[in-house]
Amino acid sequence: MNLQFLIQLLVNGLVVGTLYGVVAMSFVLIYKATQVVNFAQGELLLIGAWVCWALLTKYQVPFWVGMPLTLVFMFVFGIAIQIVILRPMIGEPIISVIMVTIGLSTVFQAVLKWIFGVNPQPFPPVFTSQSIHFLGLQIQTVYVMSLVVSVAMMIGMAWFFRASKYGLAMRATAFDQQVAQSLGISVKNVFAMAWAISAAVSAVAGVVVAVVNGVSSGLSAYGIKVFPAAILGGLDSIGGAVLGGIIIGLLENIAQYIDSEYLHWGNLYEIAPFYVLIIVLMIKPYGLFGTKDIERV
Amino acid sequence: MTETIEVIPKPSPAQAAAPLLAVRNIEVVYDDVILVLRGLSLEVPQGAIVALLGANGAGKSTTLKAISGLLKTEDGEVTRGEIVFDGERINGIDPDKIVRRGIFQVMEGRRIISDMTSIENLRLGAFTRRDGDVDADIAMVFNYFPRLKERTGLAGYLSGGEQQMLAIGRALMARPKMILMDEPSMGLSPLLVKEVFAIIKEINRDLGVTILLVEQNARAALSVASHGYIMEQGKVVLDGSADELRDNEDVKEFYLGGAGDQRKSFKNLKSFKRRKRWL
Repeated sequence: MNLQFLIQLLVNGLVVGTLYGVVAMSFVLIYKATQVVNFAQGELLLIGAWVCWALLTKYQVPFWVGMPLTLVFMFVFGIAIQIVILRPMIGEPIISVIMVTIGLSTVFQAVLKWIFGVNPQPFPPVFTSQSIHFLGLQIQTVYVMSLVVSVAMMIGMAWFFRASKYGLAMRATAFDQQVAQSLGISVKNVFAMAWAISAAVSAVAGVVVAVVNGVSSGLSAYGIKVFPAAILGGLDSIGGAVLGGIIIGLLENIAQYIDSEYLHWGNLYEIAPFYVLIIVLMIKPYGLFGTKDIERV
Repeated sequence: MTETIEVIPKPSPAQAAAPLLAVRNIEVVYDDVILVLRGLSLEVPQGAIVALLGANGAGKSTTLKAISGLLKTEDGEVTRGEIVFDGERINGIDPDKIVRRGIFQVMEGRRIISDMTSIENLRLGAFTRRDGDVDADIAMVFNYFPRLKERTGLAGYLSGGEQQMLAIGRALMARPKMILMDEPSMGLSPLLVKEVFAIIKEINRDLGVTILLVEQNARAALSVASHGYIMEQGKVVLDGSADELRDNEDVKEFYLGGAGDQRKSFKNLKSFKRRKRWL
């Protein structure tokens, strides 16, 4: 039993898990408002990472300027996707819209390869020290940033949905579009806002992953990887997405521990989340925190 | 405020001043084929409570949705005629923009957002408002409906009556010029119906909100309304002041549950069948 290794993996799991939570949150945002599962979510991460990379390397912008610029770009980009591609689809069957997002993901992949090339690019160093030591554990600086940013975004999101007018409007739209319209809420604007916030949130996660691993088209696989987290939490629960992300993150690392210490199969890390996905879908198809309708007795 | 109204099939007291809302000869079609309203006209004067009565399927709810624009969300369309509110033509406008112009619909079945608290529901009612006086208005709503204040949990757990109160309160939060109410008495006990209608009257008097009220419960509706319209098969077939309608023999028979205490024989039932329609 290698305790040091286990603890290190658990810390990694927690950090990666919160990041999964953030990406799952961006899944849930779109699903909650529009009932659409966005299969192009991973590409939104990738676009965010590439845009930030381009700002930092081509235009030599410092990170603390480049990151907010990336977020603004992604916010506008999210609105643009909604207005240009998805707004004409309003009123069409949901499955058609989901197919469109699958198409979008392919188009994005191709366009990004066209613009940025097919080779992975290292991300310019953002922090002066690569890692810090904490209680005998080695933690990468970017993970600390990731944790801080993720938690901040989760708190921000919780505030947005509890206390802000537009957050309430999004919840109302998710609950019943006709009722939302009867209250004076423009459903089209809410959809656009959901895409905008989701794209910006994804970009944060994309940049964090890129800082660790560099930018490459493989980064978009995060979109699929996070899918089990969103399902586990319940596709329409923001809190569930966060918890689902953390559980999947921990699970991956526990799987890796078991694998490397005992089993030596070599790829349990990759597939463990999907086993969870299958089991969750069998036992609790609405996830841990999926919506249950209130019924008065 | 601009033009005088002429295209009204029957004279009504509302004609004196320019009405706040005038529906003129509208035709509504669902899914491009189903004709629901066929030349319906009505007027609602500023500050009045007007009742729109009629049997199931007469088109009362459709009329309200045509005014509020919610018809669009159900694949319905106003294909003829016009709806004029506050001097401006509003048919074809998106429902959220109509709310901003001052018409708020309290939909049938209350339709509160059950996974939010009462206060969150009320705050959503004020979504279109720009001024920040929302908290004061929440206090005002609690003043009208004190029992909502005690229920701090999710709105889905409120009783039917409380949900109706919340739905009306949510409408007040928008500070509308006009509220369209669809069946506020639905599913409520007779005692609660009385209470809700008393508050509707109070709101109309205190705040000067104009109300168009759709009801199955004709007796309750006519007790608060100054004027009433009776609809059948997509048209207005009778209209008059609330008193006139209450005294009208046909209305008594078909909507107010018979004229007297004596039981009717089957002969009268036949006549009921024959006289089911006015036109």
